[in-house]
Amino acid sequence: MRRAGAVALNTFREAVRDRVLYNLVFFALLMMAAAILVGQISIGIEEIVIKSLGLSAISVIGLLISVFIGVGLVYKEMDKRTLYALLATPVRRWEFLLGKFGGLVLTLAVNTLAMAAGLFAALLYVKSHLERTDAVLLIAVYFILLKLMLVVALALLFSCYTTPLLAILYTSALYIAGLFVEELRTFHLATASPAMVALLKGLSYLLPNFENFNVMAAAAHGRAIPTALILQNTAYAAIYCAIVLLIAAAVFSRRNLK
Amino acid sequence: MPVAAIEIDNLTKDYPYGFLHLKKKRSLEGLTMQVENGEVFGFLGPNGAGKSTTIKLLVGLIFPEAGTARILGKPITDIEMHRDIGYLPEQPYFYDYLTATEVLDYFARFHGLTAADRSERVTRMLNKVGLETAGKIQLRKYSKGMLQRVGLAQAILHEPRVVILDEPMSGLDPIGRREVRDIILELKREGRTVMFSTHILSDAEMLCDRVGVIVGGKLRGVGAPAEIVGMRAQGMEILFELPGSSPSAAAIIAKATKTGDRYRMQVSEEELYASLEQLRGLGAKILSVAQVKESLEEYFMHLIEADRAQGAAVEVSGK
Repeated sequence: MRRAGAVALNTFREAVRDRVLYNLVFFALLMMAAAILVGQISIGIEEIVIKSLGLSAISVIGLLISVFIGVGLVYKEMDKRTLYALLATPVRRWEFLLGKFGGLVLTLAVNTLAMAAGLFAALLYVKSHLERTDAVLLIAVYFILLKLMLVVALALLFSCYTTPLLAILYTSALYIAGLFVEELRTFHLATASPAMVALLKGLSYLLPNFENFNVMAAAAHGRAIPTALILQNTAYAAIYCAIVLLIAAAVFSRRNLK
Repeated sequence: MPVAAIEIDNLTKDYPYGFLHLKKKRSLEGLTMQVENGEVFGFLGPNGAGKSTTIKLLVGLIFPEAGTARILGKPITDIEMHRDIGYLPEQPYFYDYLTATEVLDYFARFHGLTAADRSERVTRMLNKVGLETAGKIQLRKYSKGMLQRVGLAQAILHEPRVVILDEPMSGLDPIGRREVRDIILELKREGRTVMFSTHILSDAEMLCDRVGVIVGGKLRGVGAPAEIVGMRAQGMEILFELPGSSPSAAAIIAKATKTGDRYRMQVSEEELYASLEQLRGLGAKILSVAQVKESLEEYFMHLIEADRAQGAAVEVSGK
């Protein structure tokens, strides 16, 4: 675990030095612009607009970082051959993968928390005070982070055996499909054969269910999020990530480097 | 009985190629050899001979189709084996956003060194490879030779008992080559085993107790460098100066090559003394007499041509 930690810290350091966190400047500008303009264009619903805009920006920026950096996590190390000397040390391949995963998740956590702080600052500017119901935003941010962890795990898996371009395609496709898991489960067209319905239903349980993590509307309106959903999403993300990482480790453990 | 530093038994490796990787090319065929404890072993061969493949198999970067290998008695599949080895990849490349100090500290963490140990070792290694003043510079500003030195430093940082270097002199200027040679000799003095690949015979001759020659994925010979390449001595070379020119010297000048004021003439061992007498008769000043050994390139070419001839014979006989 100490070795995975070393890889994780180095991955975080790489992200920082490659100026990944510069996106925070963009987010800060977006929040400032929204806070100033929102009062003029949305009378009475400034708070909801700021919350929705902020959460959406946190999600989209996080997704872009997860996919575009995630797909290069292993591939880049193989392509640039930085992995060669490293794998000759007593680091196990799964430890390396876990470290890469942990490093990007750490980067995303820092990034997401900084953006959440920016969102609260913008909210404070608009409302002049914060309420207890605003704390729901933190749960929405937590769910976004769980979702990003899943995306990173998938990107990492594809990064182990294919090129970044294909990995971006596969990860994006799975993400989009994962937004429609509920629809797949309730798909009962009269024209569809029972076998097709069963296949789609089976598929819906295999695909990552990203829709479960979307509580932006509830958070924007200050509605409470049930504790059961928090526990369920936490367990779901942890188990799904573990399974994906195990598959990635199995693939990578027998991978011949060039 | 003491175990050998490196034992390789029938190691075989194929590389897939073509559409869907369905075809396979054999890169290493039944390699069996040993590297003894405390020796400097040179792994010689032309490009594509299988040197890097063997090394990558030993350090666990790729996996064999058949065969096994052990380092200090531990199978290469055992992660514990990695504690005892240091590895320099061919044309090493490290995280260019890190400084040399940070890279070495990063690698030291995988060997379980304490913070104090890491700091001391990193400083010592940077001094050893001549990068003491460049330790705080990001690697993206390093030259190829400097990266090679960082690679060497990370390979020996944890004081491994077996050091495996893939083309360690590659990309280095003469001073850098000399420094790497000194480091290899120092490792030997410390009792460590060093295996390095090269296609430059002079490096091997200068450093190695034994060399193994690999061509076309097959081991073609193992022994002292002089035994391997010197077996095919091609004659004697006489270097001389000739004051003035006389008609009687024309015959001997015709056999020699002139470079500046000096002549270089190659004769067989049987002709040596007669030629020296003849030169003395002409008043020539003999500067040196040396055995002409087959160059490594010629030796490799000889092996490759032998392979081709054997292949052609098999084809003709229909086997």
